[in-house]
Amino acid sequence: MVAAPPPSGEPGRTGRYMTGAIFLAPALALLVVWMVYPAVYTIVRSFFGQSGYLGSWVALDNYRRLFTTSTLTTAIKNNAIWVAVVPAFVTSLGLIFAVLTERVRWAVAFKTVVFLPMAISAFATGVTWRIMYQQDPNQGAINALGRSITGVIKPAGVLPNALPSTPNILSSPNGSLVLKTPLAPGGRALLGLTGIAPDAVPKNGVQAVDPPPKSGDVVGVVWRDFKPGGGKPGVVEKGEMGLPGVTVQLRNAAGKTVQSTSTKPNGTFDFAKVPSGSYQAAVGSQTFAKPWGGFSWLGPSLITPALLIAYIWIWAGFAMVVIGAGLAAMPRDVLEAARTDGASEWQVFRRVTVPLLAPVLSVVFITMIINVLKVFDLVIALAPESVQSNANVIALAMWRTAFSGTNDFGTGSAIAVFLFKRDV
Amino acid sequence: MTRTRIAAIVLISAIALLVAGLAGAGTRGKSSASSAKVNLAVSGSVNFDGIWTAGEATAFGKVIAAFNKVFPNVHVNYKPVGNNLPTVLATAIAGGKPPDMADIAQPGYIKQLAQQGHLKPITYAKSTMAANFAPSWLQLGTFVGKLYALPFKVSNKSLYWYNVPAFKTAGVNPPKTWTQLTAAAKTLKASGTPAYSLCGASGWTLTDMFENIYLRTFGPAKYDLLTAHKIKWTDASVNKALKTMAGVVGDASNLAGGTSGALQTDFPTCVTDAFSTPSKGAIVFEADFVAGAITSSTKAKPGTGFNTAPFPAITPGPNASAVEIGGDLLVTFRDTPAIRAFVKFLATAPAAAAWAKIGGFATGNHNLKTSVYPDAIDKANQTAVASAKSVVFDMSDEQPASFGGTTGQGEWGLFQKFLQSPSNVSGIQKQLEAAAVTAYKKGK
Repeated sequence: MVAAPPPSGEPGRTGRYMTGAIFLAPALALLVVWMVYPAVYTIVRSFFGQSGYLGSWVALDNYRRLFTTSTLTTAIKNNAIWVAVVPAFVTSLGLIFAVLTERVRWAVAFKTVVFLPMAISAFATGVTWRIMYQQDPNQGAINALGRSITGVIKPAGVLPNALPSTPNILSSPNGSLVLKTPLAPGGRALLGLTGIAPDAVPKNGVQAVDPPPKSGDVVGVVWRDFKPGGGKPGVVEKGEMGLPGVTVQLRNAAGKTVQSTSTKPNGTFDFAKVPSGSYQAAVGSQTFAKPWGGFSWLGPSLITPALLIAYIWIWAGFAMVVIGAGLAAMPRDVLEAARTDGASEWQVFRRVTVPLLAPVLSVVFITMIINVLKVFDLVIALAPESVQSNANVIALAMWRTAFSGTNDFGTGSAIAVFLFKRDV
Repeated sequence: MTRTRIAAIVLISAIALLVAGLAGAGTRGKSSASSAKVNLAVSGSVNFDGIWTAGEATAFGKVIAAFNKVFPNVHVNYKPVGNNLPTVLATAIAGGKPPDMADIAQPGYIKQLAQQGHLKPITYAKSTMAANFAPSWLQLGTFVGKLYALPFKVSNKSLYWYNVPAFKTAGVNPPKTWTQLTAAAKTLKASGTPAYSLCGASGWTLTDMFENIYLRTFGPAKYDLLTAHKIKWTDASVNKALKTMAGVVGDASNLAGGTSGALQTDFPTCVTDAFSTPSKGAIVFEADFVAGAITSSTKAKPGTGFNTAPFPAITPGPNASAVEIGGDLLVTFRDTPAIRAFVKFLATAPAAAAWAKIGGFATGNHNLKTSVYPDAIDKANQTAVASAKSVVFDMSDEQPASFGGTTGQGEWGLFQKFLQSPSNVSGIQKQLEAAAVTAYKKGK
């Protein structure tokens, strides 16, 4: 077949360029207006001062500030941590998930669950994780898990928040409360406690009773030493409830527990037939043992790790899907050949699967680096304001400086230029 | 500044109050019938960019409707921009097309605009304002020697809110003085409810508390000097105020969630914590807008579940009743007869009444009859604002934003540091002074 001659009347070189230019013009105009001009203007703007269309010329001051202001250097440092941790974790987790999903039943269900976080906006993810990270185990799911585990190992006491009502009761370093006044047989111990909410008094508690002394015994009462207005500390009054079920110890002069008993519904207790001597009454530390308080995930020191975990949770599914696609396209005969040659599954994975997937892995890795450099929404949604300067990242620092209150467009532009350079 | 954190609350509460306001709809006819006669001579349009959105924007719509009854030929285009209004305005001014009017919550920003010559004075409304507002309110609208702004809607920041059942259980009365407050706090702790629910994650709530303490201790004159950074942050007065504040924030066992809990609790979570059952902390120090947060996120009812009282007096005398306000100030970028008519109208009682009927509104306009309010707490709040002998602005709203209005830095960040280590008063003072020096130098 002979190629057809060019049709006559076809426009010449210039004409063709013209046609091309006309078709390209709209796209080019958009590019110039929305990309080139703002980028150039940002670079120019970064050499000028705080406010106005163009502030006053400050040369490199904005850049100097970028590397000397502590909140901004924290942002740069944190971004470095993000880049060092996230892409590696996301890629390797994605790889593991992708390889595993080839082998498990319910692979679709598994894939859906792992990929689901990608379908949620980063802001919603931030809000959700912020609730899960709450320090109070009654609110935060993660610390609640921790508490249910620690609760088995070291159970909480019945009165974790109780405080002594008078200075006559000393709290010892190990958490127990000791009545300072020495007791002899026939003595009476008043162990008043405050800081207990009315509904934290055990259900069977009734009006407290100040027990009459009993010869040969040491008697006493443990009660909620509080009535509306405060009442008289150290005196059992009407309306003050006994605290039942509290373990009271009688300690001898050497500090050794010689007897131990439990309080009645009216708070009273009775150590019978006490040999003569000097004793002290005490409430053991397990009564006041505080439940595990939880990790301060949202505190200044753990906030960046907490953010990294949430971010990896989001992106692991993305990596899994991309790597899974690469895996599906991989020639099976190579794997079969390796297995036939006697390679173990680990060897197949390490020597065949990973090298063959290398291009896909590097795409995921580089995508993640770029994603991580511009991270913003997760940080602003997850980190409480009090630790946002500890959790700061470059994109957040840029927004804070340029728009959020400060309106310092100069330094903001400098940060943007810095971020842009790193992205490139 | 505080607006950024409360928008959602205000929105919800405004809708709630709007519904409540329908009950009072029957009385509405009377006041409009008595308003001035119709003026057809003035015509034109007014473009107004505002921070009020949603429920607040609807309420302002009622104000515009009341205006149009008198001036039917003036068309007001209200654009609900929201909290990033300063940024929107900054770009509009840079582009040479500012709106005709705007309402701005940061006096510091107004001063900057006035200095740069972007604003038009509203001297024409001076006599109308003087007839409705006490001189101290006119003073609040005066920047660089001229009257530029009308404080149309304000919030009373010298308040605290308390959990009524928790106070009852502890058997304490709402404290009126600082001594009573510390005594009540002790009793509350003994009763098993921590006294304070702090919103430490929202830095502005901490600066608000400090400002109230400073104002109630040293009075408005000194307060203004500190605002303008004519008193250094290392001053003995700041030291004293911080030590007073440490009386509240220093006892970790008396804070809901302890120190670290307080630092991670933002506004309005602290409000929810305080007014849900069981209460995590009985007292919240914040402005009148807390009411909206309580009703929208808890089941507590006004009077029986929650109530409010003026910030405790510290130094006896006139300082004890000084009030700190946050204000939405109206400013103008142009001067036309239509704008003049609208500004003058907004300074009168009928304009205030149009919004007050819906609730969630306070003003320094002493001619506004409190009987128009739909609920008792709003009414009491309005009385407190309109009758205050001396009013000052929220200090951090007047300072350069990098010091008084940015998350995690300047005052907000340093007061969070103070909450973390309340014993280190002089260390915090030094850091505050250093941050102030940088911010005020840059602001110039």
